[in-house]
Amino acid sequence: MEALLYYASWACLLLGAGFCFVGGLGLLRLPDFYSRMHGGGVTDTLGAGLILLGLMFQSGLSLATIKLVMIGLFLLLASPVATHAIARAARHSGFAPQGTGEE
Amino acid sequence: MSGIYTGLLLGLGVLSCLVVVAVCRRMKIVDPEGHPIHLALGMMRYMPWFLWAVIKANIDVVRRILHPRLPMAPRVIRVEASQKTHLGQVIYANSITLTPGTVAVETDEGTIDVHALTRESAEEVRSGDMDRRVTDMEGER
Repeated sequence: MEALLYYASWACLLLGAGFCFVGGLGLLRLPDFYSRMHGGGVTDTLGAGLILLGLMFQSGLSLATIKLVMIGLFLLLASPVATHAIARAARHSGFAPQGTGEE
Repeated sequence: MSGIYTGLLLGLGVLSCLVVVAVCRRMKIVDPEGHPIHLALGMMRYMPWFLWAVIKANIDVVRRILHPRLPMAPRVIRVEASQKTHLGQVIYANSITLTPGTVAVETDEGTIDVHALTRESAEEVRSGDMDRRVTDMEGER
């Protein structure tokens, strides 16, 4: 059981790190500001989420896990608000998205 | 949350909670949006579906980022938000933003402008599936 938790934890941590890496790669590779936000979205959700889950497997049923859950809930509320604020600010300053435009 | 439970620390914690509540009452900013506990039941039904949608969208975006030719067609679409309260619309807009591949750019009364990375992700939002589920959750009173 202990070994199982250990491997599950490492699997989550490595997968999370992978998602964070790809998210960062997306920030570099994607062409314009608005599409780059989607790269950040990967890091925000599965990247951070899997790393938190992996850390929870490490700490087991303890106070540290409750704190990790709190951090996760906070991220769930704060990251979309921040993304939305940035996108809205960009749009209000007249920054047009690249691509097929408005429909 | 430090694992230290002395009378002084707990007492100070209770005291500061009471002071914050008193200040908020005086400022008249206590409202049902502060801690939407009435949505807890609906949330429990919505969350599993939402997490699965987020995972699927993540994998799709990751595939596109790693693809050598970056296959995508970014666009902005306007969708309806059929939720009755502002809180419901905020939950819907945040759900859209949390799903990789779509970001809520602008919200207005009853509509949301969404920036989508691909045609498929735009269609996913336009199908209104998530909109309906958030409205269902909100209706659970």
